[in-house]
Amino acid sequence: MDLNFDFAAEQPKLVQLLIGVVAFLAFVGLMLLLLDRAPMRQRARLHAFILLAPALILLGIGLVVPGIRTTILSFMSGDSSSFVGLDNYAWMFTQPEALTVLRNTLIWVLLVPLLVTAIGLVYAVVVDNTRFESLAKSLVFLPMAISFVGAGIIWRFVYAYRPEEADQIGLLNQIVVLFGGTPQQWLLDPPINTFFLVIVMVWIQAGFATVVLSAAIKGIPSEIVEAARLDGATPIQMFFRVTIPAIRPAVIVVLVTQSIATLKLFDIVRTMTGGQFDTSVIANEMYNQAFRYGETGKGAALAVFLFVLVIPIVVYQVRTLRQRREA
Amino acid sequence: MTTTVAQPIASSGAHAATARVRKRLTTRWASLIAIVIALLWTTPTFGLFLSSFRPEDQIKQTGWWSFFADPQLTLDNYQSVLFGTSSSSGQMASFLINSLVITIPSVLFPVALATFAAYALSWLDFRGRDWIYIGIFALQVVPLQMALVPLLSFFSQGVELFGMTVLPAWDLEGPARFIQVWFAHTCFALPLGVFLLHNFMSELPGSLIEAARVDGATHGTILRKIVLPLVMPALASFGIFQFLWVWNDLLVALIFAGGTPDSAPMTVRLAQMAGTRGNEWQRLTAGAFVSIVIPLAVFLSMQRYFVRGLLAGGIKG
Repeated sequence: MDLNFDFAAEQPKLVQLLIGVVAFLAFVGLMLLLLDRAPMRQRARLHAFILLAPALILLGIGLVVPGIRTTILSFMSGDSSSFVGLDNYAWMFTQPEALTVLRNTLIWVLLVPLLVTAIGLVYAVVVDNTRFESLAKSLVFLPMAISFVGAGIIWRFVYAYRPEEADQIGLLNQIVVLFGGTPQQWLLDPPINTFFLVIVMVWIQAGFATVVLSAAIKGIPSEIVEAARLDGATPIQMFFRVTIPAIRPAVIVVLVTQSIATLKLFDIVRTMTGGQFDTSVIANEMYNQAFRYGETGKGAALAVFLFVLVIPIVVYQVRTLRQRREA
Repeated sequence: MTTTVAQPIASSGAHAATARVRKRLTTRWASLIAIVIALLWTTPTFGLFLSSFRPEDQIKQTGWWSFFADPQLTLDNYQSVLFGTSSSSGQMASFLINSLVITIPSVLFPVALATFAAYALSWLDFRGRDWIYIGIFALQVVPLQMALVPLLSFFSQGVELFGMTVLPAWDLEGPARFIQVWFAHTCFALPLGVFLLHNFMSELPGSLIEAARVDGATHGTILRKIVLPLVMPALASFGIFQFLWVWNDLLVALIFAGGTPDSAPMTVRLAQMAGTRGNEWQRLTAGAFVSIVIPLAVFLSMQRYFVRGLLAGGIKG
């Protein structure tokens, strides 16, 4: 094994990092200088312009204009040379391989938010105010810090397969063998393999639900709990009639954020199966079409469809935001 | 005056009440459920961690649980995955440096830009303020996928309008390629950043800022001396969010950083290894753990801020 790692070759990168940090300091310094120099008497507009311009320019270049261009590209051919009308969308909704992608995305977006919320809620309730509460929550929360790629590798190891006569190295197959079953290649058989990928996402995100819902549970007014208790509510009744209605807003927050995160999911599928064996989802297929097969039009159409799917959620959020402002 | 910024996570008055609920719910079943979930959530990571220290032939032939019958540990996997120079070994040290070079500016720039923008949206009175805020807020849910193709062509081909070159291509080579990764991450981070920081800044007492203005302070001074110290916890929570997001990102890196040791981060390398060397578990386990350890350390030391950010509505995808 050759271990002569060449540290000198890494130097230009560190110089680049230094340049980046210096540029950052220069930017902040310049902004503060401009703010100090701009005449205070004037209306706030000049100051607002100085403060907002950098962010708005970047948002324009990085999100707004590209979003519009992607929409246009979705009506163009693969190499963006000619107008093809709705062909890319027709492809998406009629071709079997694209329909599989849509079906998988539907499975993901139905299962992940529900499972994440359910597990997070149950866990938050059972550990609430126990002696080990903060430790218990941290354990479930830790996967939030792990990259989807890292989590993908962790779970591929859990699902690892060895032929029946050999020792199993994957935990899941070992358990199957212990109970007298035959080891399976969990990630090969559609459509069940998608469920094994969904588990990974649920594993990562459950901590999020636990933390948000646990905070909400602690905020339930004591009078309500007290009253229910005096009326002789059982723990199960308490859970369904008191806890859940009281934390409904937090549950909705978890469902909404999880739906958005799941729709955009890419890394897990790419790391664990690469979208093979009928496991691809919209975000993964979009990457494949646009950046691997050179089918920009189809990729763009998939991206636009993804956007259309999240629009109702934006509208809902903007509405609640305005209501809160008016209140 | 500082208490308005920090939103307590739990109201202590409810504690007594929930303690009583707990008593009724803490049956044997509840503990059993808690233990099962906790085990399911930790065992997979533990298995990977333990395996990364086992000798290669053992990882490939026996399960990690057999370690307890035949304990053998080695650091060889880490040595070869980090410092091995053959292209099959991982060369992870190089990618680790790339991850750092990508992440640090990609956290600094959005934090600064979002702070300036959030200050204007919270404390300056100008026409169209609410619309700009709602616009930025709504951009939060525009999927990255919508921006990737055009942004890449913006870097590689510049901007042409009616056959005229308005902006030339960036043509970044070598280490300068990091700039386009920083740029992309900064753009994508701004909607969430402005939203989170605006949430915290607009909670500051208005009388404080008015008083400073009456005393003749400029906006630069108010921002630096009054607002910044008060919103530090919010900056920390957005910073840690952005750190985890950039460090763990695969999609943006694949497209803007490429796949070579020159500029690709660890996630890209791990995804490659999982694809082409999917059964070289001695390298995959060690490599995965190297990439996990840094965000885990940051996360554990700053968990408080992270949780606060989550509760204030921060989630990104």
